[in-house]
Amino acid sequence: MIVNCMTHLVSPALLAFSTVPMAHLSLLDMIVIAVYFGMVIWIGFYLKGRSNTSEEFFMAGREMTAWIAGLSFVSANLGSLELMGWAGAAYQYGILATHWYWIGAIPAMLFLGLVMMPFYYVSKTHSVPGYLQLRYGEHARILAAISFAMEMILMSGVNMFAMAVVMKVVLGWSLTFSILISAAAVAIYVTLGGLRSAIFNEVMQFVLIWGGALLVPILGLVQAGGWNGLKKQIISNMHSDSYFHMWRDTGHFASNPMGTHWSGIVLGLGFVISFGYWTTDFLVVQRVLAAHNLRAARMAPVIGSFFKMAVPFIVILPGLLGLVLLQNPDGSRMQLVGQDVVKSCTADESASQMDAAGCAAAMSKTTLPPAYQQKVLTGAAGTELHSYNDALPLMMVRYMGPGLLGLGITALIAGFMSGMAGNVSAFSTVWTYDIYKPLINKKGSDSHYVLVGRWSILIGVAVSIGAGYLVQHAHGIMDYVQALFSFFIAPLLGAILMGMFWKRATAPAGFLGLLIGIISSVSMFVWVKFDHAALGIVALYPEATDMAANLYRAWWAFSITVIVIFLVSMITKPKPVAELDGLCYSCTVLPKEEWVPFYKRVWVWALLAVCIFAALNILFW
Amino acid sequence: MHGSGIQIWFFIGVLLLIYGVLIFGYGIFELATGSYPAGVQLTSLHTPIWWGALLTALGVLYCVKFRPGRA
Repeated sequence: MIVNCMTHLVSPALLAFSTVPMAHLSLLDMIVIAVYFGMVIWIGFYLKGRSNTSEEFFMAGREMTAWIAGLSFVSANLGSLELMGWAGAAYQYGILATHWYWIGAIPAMLFLGLVMMPFYYVSKTHSVPGYLQLRYGEHARILAAISFAMEMILMSGVNMFAMAVVMKVVLGWSLTFSILISAAAVAIYVTLGGLRSAIFNEVMQFVLIWGGALLVPILGLVQAGGWNGLKKQIISNMHSDSYFHMWRDTGHFASNPMGTHWSGIVLGLGFVISFGYWTTDFLVVQRVLAAHNLRAARMAPVIGSFFKMAVPFIVILPGLLGLVLLQNPDGSRMQLVGQDVVKSCTADESASQMDAAGCAAAMSKTTLPPAYQQKVLTGAAGTELHSYNDALPLMMVRYMGPGLLGLGITALIAGFMSGMAGNVSAFSTVWTYDIYKPLINKKGSDSHYVLVGRWSILIGVAVSIGAGYLVQHAHGIMDYVQALFSFFIAPLLGAILMGMFWKRATAPAGFLGLLIGIISSVSMFVWVKFDHAALGIVALYPEATDMAANLYRAWWAFSITVIVIFLVSMITKPKPVAELDGLCYSCTVLPKEEWVPFYKRVWVWALLAVCIFAALNILFW
Repeated sequence: MHGSGIQIWFFIGVLLLIYGVLIFGYGIFELATGSYPAGVQLTSLHTPIWWGALLTALGVLYCVKFRPGRA
């Protein structure tokens, strides 16, 4: 994949981007969707009376069971990123995309539950920036809070955009209409019920996603002739069996569809991005902090890891099935293309016809058959182009009739809205506790901070609507999100790990390490953006994909942060050990947990998760 | 979730029950009339019937087990 150079083609009028909808909803589908919206609003109003104090509004009263916290923990990550993005990535890269679910999640989730959770929980912090304040002081907290708040708004925009795309592609609704409807619903239920409302809806969304999306792989496998039939057809169509191997072909950048190397997967994804996201991103950590005791808080990520390992069945498999089952109206195999190609070949509102030269140039970089490209250029009927991100909705339309289609669409809407709700609820907590309280009003009453939290949700939703329109400047939704991760998450991981496991790390070192890590990450991104040759240095390979570049950039940013913290700590004065109680591994005596039978112990379930994780990687080697 | 009030599982039960009944009902209508939606694959499997029945059963189970006021 070439680095995205398509930004100049993006029209500011996103609405102008029109396509023929895949399906029309029946009355039954409308009822199914309306029932969901009615339910989330009902939950919001029901929980309003239970979200009066700041502890209730921002931390859900810290009374969630391990199961609810664990499902919410996984579910908060089941937004547009998971559903459409990874189904599209599986279509592009094959089973390699599963790395983001397994090595890119499981080790980090288990590490959070077994090792890191006690520190977050014992310190009774309200947020991850709050932990940084305790460990490194106010400057580090403010820096982390501001970067996190920016990230949340942008991520919320990603979710809004993805949902609007689903509505546009499947139903033909305008992007703006979809964005406004989803934003309004999220704003209402999170403003009313706070984190508790977001968690309720995340658990409900998890069930809906399985109820709505599970049919696609089941029916797809039936039609493809089972797993072996699917493999046979993909090998026949793609002339490669790399689509079914997670590790075998990662010895060289050019030998796998993703254009990445195993070292990038292990160091960049498996360590930095994954650990950064699952152990320091407040969006997910907040769900676990809401658990009712330390044991539940430790068990929640472990429970979540089992569900996480199962998600590829409803996300990756539909993408693979799409490679062989999706068909054009004339019966030929449908080939999905990049979003930039779809845009180039679609007329916008300001022009009655598409830019034929631009479309031809964009299609020439794809594997679309020349005859089909010619049909697209002449505007022949039934030659609508679809992007990779359309893989999952296209598969839904293929198998789901009235009612079931409504359920599938509702699952997607729930996923996107849940992602947005997670973003804005985390944003609200960080804004109120880590920006507003220390910088603007230190002496407000509890009810005042709850009010600030509610207003920040409304404002956060409004700002993220604007961010939603920025999303289309990226080649694909996934690449955009990965870029964001490496800007903020990798340096944050470096700072937290150094603070948690090295008592010598000092406050100035933590702040400087974080700052220089973020600056270096953004600088590498900009460097590659303006000088394509820089990929050979940043990603170790001149033709590395955007995704591979993000993995390596994350690794460098993490390394730079750790080195800066180490060097600055050596020349500055550390905190006394007594002040590090509850904050640093070697300075903390963790509270003893109640005795439970072995089958209820966290490490037993973590060990089982490790065994399943290892078996899956060997099975799909 | 700990504490009093309606549990999340009850809300989920209600939602699954409504969806199950709607989809199962449509499946029966489809079977009775023999009219299947154009373009949808594998209609011979009567997916709405068995999927709707499964959702209904799960919905009833959750509604009963987690009904408000149950000790």
